[in-house]
Amino acid sequence: MAITAFAPGGGAVEQAPRKRPWTALILLAPGIAYMLLFFLAPFIQLIITSLQAPAASGGIGEYVAAFQLSNYADAIVEYWPHILRSFAYALIATVVGLLISYPLAYLIGVKLRALPMLQGLALILVVAPFFISFLLRTLAWKQILPSEWIGTHFSVVFGLIYNFIPFMTLPIFSSLQQLDMRLVEAGADLYASPTTTFFKVTLPLSMPGVVSGTLLSFIPMSGDYVNASREFLGGTDTAMVGNVIEANFLQTQNYPIAATLSIVLMAIILVIVATYVRRSGTEDLL
Amino acid sequence: MRNFSLGKAFVPVVATIVLIYLLLPIFYVIVFSFNDAGRNNITWRGFTLDNWQNPCGAPNVCQAFGNSILVGVVATIVATVLGSLIAIALVRYRFKFRSTISLLLFTPMATPEVVLGAGLAAQFLLAGVEKGIGTIILAHTMFCISYVVVAVKARVASLDPSIEEAGRDLYASPGQVFWRITLPMLMPGIVGAALLSFALSFDDFIITNFNAGTANTFPKFIYTSALRGVPAQANVLASIVFLGAIVLVVIVQMVNINKRKRLARQ
Amino acid sequence: MVDAEKFAESGADLELQAIQKRFPGFTAVEELDLTIPAGSFFALLGPSGCGKTTTLRMIAGLEEPTAGRIVIGGTDVTRLKPHARPVNTVFQSYALFPHMTILENVAFGLRRRKVGDPVAKAHEALTLVELDHLADRKPSQLSGGQQQRVALARAVVNRPALLLLDEPLGALDLKLRRQMQQELKKIQQDVGLTFLHVTHDQEEAMTMADTVAVMNQGRIEQMGAPEELYDRPRTVFVANFLGQSNLFQVEVVETTDRLIRTSAGSATIVLPRERAERDSGSMTVGVRPEKLRLHREAPAADGAVNVVGPARITDISFIGVSTQYTVESAEYGELQVFAQNVEAGPQASLGDEVWVSWSAGHTFGLADDPTATGPVAADFSTRAIATRAALAE
Repeated sequence: MAITAFAPGGGAVEQAPRKRPWTALILLAPGIAYMLLFFLAPFIQLIITSLQAPAASGGIGEYVAAFQLSNYADAIVEYWPHILRSFAYALIATVVGLLISYPLAYLIGVKLRALPMLQGLALILVVAPFFISFLLRTLAWKQILPSEWIGTHFSVVFGLIYNFIPFMTLPIFSSLQQLDMRLVEAGADLYASPTTTFFKVTLPLSMPGVVSGTLLSFIPMSGDYVNASREFLGGTDTAMVGNVIEANFLQTQNYPIAATLSIVLMAIILVIVATYVRRSGTEDLL
Repeated sequence: MRNFSLGKAFVPVVATIVLIYLLLPIFYVIVFSFNDAGRNNITWRGFTLDNWQNPCGAPNVCQAFGNSILVGVVATIVATVLGSLIAIALVRYRFKFRSTISLLLFTPMATPEVVLGAGLAAQFLLAGVEKGIGTIILAHTMFCISYVVVAVKARVASLDPSIEEAGRDLYASPGQVFWRITLPMLMPGIVGAALLSFALSFDDFIITNFNAGTANTFPKFIYTSALRGVPAQANVLASIVFLGAIVLVVIVQMVNINKRKRLARQ
Repeated sequence: MVDAEKFAESGADLELQAIQKRFPGFTAVEELDLTIPAGSFFALLGPSGCGKTTTLRMIAGLEEPTAGRIVIGGTDVTRLKPHARPVNTVFQSYALFPHMTILENVAFGLRRRKVGDPVAKAHEALTLVELDHLADRKPSQLSGGQQQRVALARAVVNRPALLLLDEPLGALDLKLRRQMQQELKKIQQDVGLTFLHVTHDQEEAMTMADTVAVMNQGRIEQMGAPEELYDRPRTVFVANFLGQSNLFQVEVVETTDRLIRTSAGSATIVLPRERAERDSGSMTVGVRPEKLRLHREAPAADGAVNVVGPARITDISFIGVSTQYTVESAEYGELQVFAQNVEAGPQASLGDEVWVSWSAGHTFGLADDPTATGPVAADFSTRAIATRAALAE
């Protein structure tokens, strides 16, 4: 219970869950039914689609139920550069995003504690981008940045970083806001320099926020296709997995390939996230 | 942090740069809403109020905008109701499949939008459902439920249980306790969840794109006109939403500050 | 002041029959038998985790007893839900409904019971606690003491057969607490309800209650009027929890029909037989520190007076009202002596050699020993600790 000794209030109140399962069932039924129908079923449908084979008629978008596992091999062989590129972009963008968002979160959550008006204003500024279409903002960068830079790996990553700063900043801010400054003072009292105190006290205590923020950024980034599309910040060799899935699904109507790539993307993400979460020790994030 | 001034300046400097990075495009968008644009709003031609006076001037803009609002409102209402009920059940009751259900609810948030969008589209395809506003609403409701559950769950968990016990102690039946005590206390959290849900729905593009068919929403409109050039009217509408939201947030903050000041004075 | 006749409906008897509450890991309440007569002010006193709050919650209906019956005014209410019982609770955290005005808070129970004219009755109750002028405020706009009074009004207005108070004064500062103690006592007497007050503050229990029951580890150790409990504790726990005691381990040497003579080493302690729980073998006897007197020289021998000494003063604390001396003696170890500061300045200095005496009639003999197992022994399994911790807060 040593941690709770320092955790300030404003958290959950101890509640013993009651035992009547019938009320719970009534409360849950409509919502869960909805999710089963519109989330779980589509997932299963994706798997089914990923195994389909072209129909005998050979028409565009005509496929029949099958068990064509070779779809997976085909997809990976053809599109492994895109898959790799997506995760490379996402990784770089997440790391850079973390490095630049942490100071912002620290400013708001720690340094501005004494000035609640300014803190409120800064928070509004961080949240403000959510109030205006991200497509318009990304397009704005296309116009602001010099045209030689557009269509390069740099511009895509730039756009990815930009779009997810609030997703990285807010969870870290939330963690840092609860940081008990007396712990930092204790570090200083025990002969730690400011840098050491940061790495040994502040950073570890803000880990839940860091983990949340990185997950909330990395996962959507790896499936993004807006930033990498030609209309926005992408070029000829910046296509990500998302672009391929979109093109195959909505344009060439090659549903199996699109579904296969979606499943592959999802699987890789699950593996990465599971390893990451277990290593950082915050299994009960939610 | 008392020794080097470099150390002291590091955080504020980086933070300010990041804030500028964040806000620059917003200024750009708002400024260019005043651009005397031609067909594409790419180069600055001159200041004009025409776009603001005639925000529906460009074809399809207002229709797309209206659709986004419609979808947002419907999806928010359904998601908020369903999600709040789930959140209460998850926190307050103990039942067999609790962790499985939690997983079912939180996985959408961990899934890239392409996957969600493609999956739903595949299912509509199989079911022979024609894609349109209806399918967009169905799709948005789905991912909003997850966010509502997370937001309301936190609020339910922080309720003081002794207040509901006081209700039972004062002769209120369980139903009365729920309607007269629990729900009103949860309202701020539910309203917050609803606002979050609306914001997510309004700005959603990827899932919408997969499930819209020929129907248009505001983000989809922007995407499809991006190559030709987005009309300045889109900037105008977006700016209106932005300024409206900012004003709302500022008002709420001022009300809270006033309330706190009044309490402190007593 | 509102005419107390208006709340003429008096309280009812409360009977707990063999009440037990078991949680996975430990038992919060052992077999508890208790009768509280109608119209009395009863205090359940004990340290954190002794089971007093659990008992209160069982009476309110917020917990179900594992075994036993709860009878209020002759009716068995054990299986009734809280909203069906004629019992109201004043919660430790007040538990005022934050989204309603205090008038609506007070009227809440009346409305649920469909009592006529709830608003007028709510105003009356608020007048009783002198808060009617703030009737339209929300709870967050009131101070802690005011909220506490609203919580009281909200409960009292329903004229319950039994009013339960769960450490309601815990969050108030000392002066306010003293004031509220008197007000609560007054309201109870004016309105004539039966009050059951749960607290860990022994001063509070002794000030307010007609009868005090001391609880420890799920059992009632001793019950009676405050004076009786203080003057004649029967167990080590009660002797140490209620006030302070000097305790001595002694062997019974001789008994007459009036006196018991005991000894430890070379010293002798005499006590009246009627004030002893045991009369043979080894036992624990004690005396309250304020009953002891300090002497500069050995006092003259007297059959009715117990003397300990020579001893040395090892600590002096000035408390204001009294000075507390810690005295180290050869036979009995450390003794505490409380001397009222009638004259300014201490009676003795650090290191002085003194003798301590007290009237034999002030000695009491306890039923158990400080090191005995039983209710006094703690259960240190982690599950028990965790469950208790979750309950205590």
